[in-house]
Amino acid sequence: MAQKRISREQVIHVSELARIELTDSELSQLETDLSNILGYIDKLNQLDTAAVEPTLQVGDPGTLWREDAVTNHPEPEAMLQNAPAREGRFFKVPKIID
Amino acid sequence: MTSPLHKLTIAEAATRLDRREISARELTRACLDRIAAVDPRLHAFLTISESQALAQADAADLRIKAGGAPALCGIPLGIKDIFCTRGVRTTCASRILENFVPPFDATVIERLRADGAIFLGKTNLDEFAMGSSTENSAFGPTRNPFDLERVPGGSSGGSGAAVAADECIAALGTDTGGSIRLPAAFCGIVGIKPTYSRVSRYGVIAYASSLDQVGPFTKCVRDGAIMMQALAGVDPRDSTCSARPVPDYARALTGEVKGLRIGVPREYFVEGMQPEVERAVRSALANYREMGAETVEISLSHTEYAIAAYYLIATAEASANLARYDGVRYGLRVAADNHIELYNRSRDAGFGAEVKRRIMLGTFALSAGYYDAYYLKAQKVRTLIRRDFEQAFERCDLIATPTTPATAFRIGERTSDPLQMYLSDIFTISVNLAGLPGLAMPCGYDQGGMPIGLQLVGPPFGEETMLRAADAFERAFTPQRPAL
Repeated sequence: MAQKRISREQVIHVSELARIELTDSELSQLETDLSNILGYIDKLNQLDTAAVEPTLQVGDPGTLWREDAVTNHPEPEAMLQNAPAREGRFFKVPKIID
Repeated sequence: MTSPLHKLTIAEAATRLDRREISARELTRACLDRIAAVDPRLHAFLTISESQALAQADAADLRIKAGGAPALCGIPLGIKDIFCTRGVRTTCASRILENFVPPFDATVIERLRADGAIFLGKTNLDEFAMGSSTENSAFGPTRNPFDLERVPGGSSGGSGAAVAADECIAALGTDTGGSIRLPAAFCGIVGIKPTYSRVSRYGVIAYASSLDQVGPFTKCVRDGAIMMQALAGVDPRDSTCSARPVPDYARALTGEVKGLRIGVPREYFVEGMQPEVERAVRSALANYREMGAETVEISLSHTEYAIAAYYLIATAEASANLARYDGVRYGLRVAADNHIELYNRSRDAGFGAEVKRRIMLGTFALSAGYYDAYYLKAQKVRTLIRRDFEQAFERCDLIATPTTPATAFRIGERTSDPLQMYLSDIFTISVNLAGLPGLAMPCGYDQGGMPIGLQLVGPPFGEETMLRAADAFERAFTPQRPAL
């Protein structure tokens, strides 16, 4: 259901879904900003869209087909150039499984 | 006396390069010198690649000497810092990509490179193309060349300002809700958003994939046609890119608009609009009638819902597209003990306030229990907006509107109220929702000397009609240049 504002608990929940750690002041600011925006967006409910199909994509319909052939050859060294941390040919991350 | 080289258009420069009156190196040097002279005041560029540009210029000179070089060979361009450029830092004006150096070129960059175009550097933008003023750049705002206290528009504000200030001959931008047309209007130049799917997006950092489109900023309409010719066309690496043949855009520039039916939407002349903007656009319509075109009143009755629908669709898509910035494979990483903390902290440190706001709104709109009420609802309203245009194009060949309700606003004026900033895009956003081609060009100046933008909107793949009408208007209009 559409709502006209968002609670602080919801902002915290959404920040967890979005994987962004927010400070207290950021949470407060977002509670205000998102509530204002949702209040504005509520005007969409003036429109009866029960019988309207959604638009998922514009432009030419259909998908372009091509041969399933390898055109980009593996370049691990080039791909690892931007790695924040690496070990040999691997991206290095904190321990995931205990 | 001939004008300084950096002031040339693509068409003028190409002729003089072809006749060998000037070299690509001289032209590139002139643009680099202009950048050195004015960019400390404008901040249109985030990265300047001088040595690469000069090397490209020397290669272009050899090619021009050999004969038969493409129209863009030797032409110095500014590139919005959202296009991946092999070996040149690509930041998207975000801390999270501050040190990212792409190992590949976007398709449009590859095409321009193959044509021998010269890349002067990467231009400023609102972080991840999210904004209407270029104030959301993590590296500081760009200033409007007509008034340094005002914004150049956004998100492609660096490209708009760079072309208006003659720092480059033309530039590349992207437009998701007005990000080419708004800066073109505020900076008094020509900006084109092609039909959705006309130009490949491969290698363009994604914001909202059902809306994003690539297009040029130029000093005149003919240059826009030349750029479109180089950019448009099928790309096997972008499955949304249209396979339709690309017409010869320059051939559309006949100067002839007799019998053209121009639709004027009554919803686009709103209360509270700057009177000079309405006057300039109405006077442009009168010019079209004098040239033999016909103007017809049309209605785009769902216009007032466009911004609300856009901010749900665009942010929902952005929340998915920006999930890739996780501090693992590239981009900023903030150290943490476990991988969830690593994501959370890297994203908090790497994204600016507006990007976070949009990711949060989009994540909320897609979250369990809210999807139907927000995202699906917005997609249905998108259908209504699209149908408005379909019905309008039964009665006209082209639509003409103001590009924005007012000329460029002051830096800082709208930063505290996100909603006010969003409303800057009220006349451009529907065009993206409907996937149509749109063009912005100068049609007058307000009392303070700030440019006023006329927007022309065509039916799907109607770029030729749009360019023809824009060129016809331009033939009787002398644009002003900023005094810098």
